[in-house]
Amino acid sequence: MDRRGSLLGVVLLLTVVSWLLVPGQSSAQPPGAPREVRIGVVSFLSGPAAPHSGIPSRQGAQLLIEALNAGEVPRPYNTPGIGGVPIRAVYVDEAGPVDKQVTEFRRLVLDARVNVVVGYISSANCLAIAPVAEELRTLTVFSVCGIQRVFEDADYKYVFRTRAHQIIDALGIARYVLLVKPDLKTIAGINQDYAWGRDSWATFKETILQLKPDVRVVAELWPPLFSGEYSAEIARLLAAKPDVIFTSLWGGDLESFVGQATPVRLFEESLVAMTVADNLLVPGPGRFVPRGIVFGARGLYGPLTPETTLSRWFGGRFRARYGYFPIHDPFNYANSILGVKAAFEKAIAATRRWPTVEEVVRAFEYLEFEGAAGRIRLALGNGHQAVEPVGFGIVRSFDPTKREVTLERVIRFRVECVNPPAGVKSLDWIRRGFPGAVCP
Amino acid sequence: MTQLALIAVGGLFSASWLFLVSLGLTLIYGVLRVLNVAHGSLYALGAYLGSSMVLVALEKGHGVPVSYLILLGAALLVGLSVGPFLERVFLRRIYQKEEVLVLLLTFAIFLMLEDVMKLVWGVQPYVVNAPYVALGVVKVGGVRQPAYPFLLTGIAVTMGGLVWAGMARTRFGKLVTSVIEDREISAALGVNVPRIFTGAFTVGAVLAALGGAFTAPMISVVPGVAVEVIVLGFAVVAIGGLGSIEGAALGSLLVGFLRSASVHLFPELDLVAIYLVMALVLLFRPQGLFGRAEMRRV
Repeated sequence: MDRRGSLLGVVLLLTVVSWLLVPGQSSAQPPGAPREVRIGVVSFLSGPAAPHSGIPSRQGAQLLIEALNAGEVPRPYNTPGIGGVPIRAVYVDEAGPVDKQVTEFRRLVLDARVNVVVGYISSANCLAIAPVAEELRTLTVFSVCGIQRVFEDADYKYVFRTRAHQIIDALGIARYVLLVKPDLKTIAGINQDYAWGRDSWATFKETILQLKPDVRVVAELWPPLFSGEYSAEIARLLAAKPDVIFTSLWGGDLESFVGQATPVRLFEESLVAMTVADNLLVPGPGRFVPRGIVFGARGLYGPLTPETTLSRWFGGRFRARYGYFPIHDPFNYANSILGVKAAFEKAIAATRRWPTVEEVVRAFEYLEFEGAAGRIRLALGNGHQAVEPVGFGIVRSFDPTKREVTLERVIRFRVECVNPPAGVKSLDWIRRGFPGAVCP
Repeated sequence: MTQLALIAVGGLFSASWLFLVSLGLTLIYGVLRVLNVAHGSLYALGAYLGSSMVLVALEKGHGVPVSYLILLGAALLVGLSVGPFLERVFLRRIYQKEEVLVLLLTFAIFLMLEDVMKLVWGVQPYVVNAPYVALGVVKVGGVRQPAYPFLLTGIAVTMGGLVWAGMARTRFGKLVTSVIEDREISAALGVNVPRIFTGAFTVGAVLAALGGAFTAPMISVVPGVAVEVIVLGFAVVAIGGLGSIEGAALGSLLVGFLRSASVHLFPELDLVAIYLVMALVLLFRPQGLFGRAEMRRV
């Protein structure tokens, strides 16, 4: 071969190599596929809600997205990315007032050009973002926020929530305490004075009074969000001596409450039922879980996680990387991303090309998919709101090294027991005596 | 009767904490005419440093009693290092500027310190409640109450007394009073005003860090702990009158007792108690209970 021929050979080789190296459409991708699917992932990365909720959520999302892109997730999610297209995550801080979140959402959609937004922990943010997502026609999947009013007071086309609303927590824990303490006579509540706390207490109180009308409410306390100092409230609870104290406190507020209530033996005087107790398992110096409390994890997560292939994989990977078994937040974010993948791939299978957002939305509605800790079914809110089972147990012991609790008297409530039927508002369902509920 | 006793004790606890966090704030405003938003950051620094130092001491086998001295040491360390640094490097440059610029500067410092704390301590929560638990419980009206908040009351009263005595009985205090009255005349008479500013700001910083360090054993120390302090601190100072130590004391007592009473009698008012007092006071005395109406200098 002469010199000109060898030069031509090198050029041809370089062209082929560069063609192979440049990211483009692989044969596994459907026609019309973009180079990447951009997902905005919104959680608290700063402020008081970050350590127990926002950061674990981001950790879960990041771990899953990296594994999805590498094709390392077990079946049925063992194909890389979404429909063979790699996922690029854009992480956004949820901290700040609601109007800032709305602006941030618009920026994500209009400037960062994300295809999907997943996340949101604050109920107030979910309520504010839903209409904007609708206006911008952007597929938005809420992950953690619990307020039931999102889909009970409005209909949305582009908005989904892949976890159950707070009814399962407060209603489930009410049923639980009635089972473990059937002679219950008095209750009290300590809940933060905002949407989550108010709705949680209303659900708990209504459920108890519906199932056992002779129960007396002896204290309803409303400390401000992030107040952290509860000596007056604890004194009031000690003086009132209720049989059961319900609390939906979470994060640093819950830890402060536990730290202040333990020395005065509140947990020995009353049965304290915590819907978000799994927050206490996030690692950190000196943090502990008191014995004898009713432990809730906002579904079957944390120590209540069922054994499935995906839960073993996700829990194992998460523990290996971050040093503790995931609480509900990382599972919830993982479920939103898995739901997006399942919906996109269902739409791709139906259209045999890259789907439009409307086609993904249609595929998402009433979807039932394998979540990171069991199956998720979008059964409420015209197929936009998930239903889930829930479970509770009483803490027998806590291992601070492994950040694990041992629970006793564990009771799991099936979906039909703790979720209202489609088309019925939760509080109406409770007040009408839970028609159609199937409970232990 | 039990309820009354619990309201009184709860009010005292709440007032002590409020006074501790607002004392430094009002002192700094009184002397420097600076609304120091970074006061919350100094509180948080005290909380973080106090927690981590106590944690290390406990891990090394030191007894819990030492931890109270460690908390005090952490507060002094933060106040005596960060206080003069902030005053000399940042604030000194803009005393002659408009108040809004000073406010913006302290807000910027607050934001920067928030991120510095995240870099140093991460976002993991710190719960170091051994000093809180070690003091045990006392019975008030037959109800168990933690003894630790009484320590907080003691610290608040001591600090209030020290600041008052320092202002009224020492030469430095008299110089500070003269600067508060008129900084230009004081400077003309030979008072070293910049030194007074540094000293007053440092004392304020120590008080903020002290509040944080001794609150840390009661709470979960998490990012953002500074925000709540600033909001409540400003509210108390506004009630009492900007720059007035007596005002901060009375404001703390008013808010503390109303908050405690609301928890026991009208829990729905818990959230708004402090703002209710503030609105009522400002409606009738816009300068606060002990504030002095000032003529604007043109």
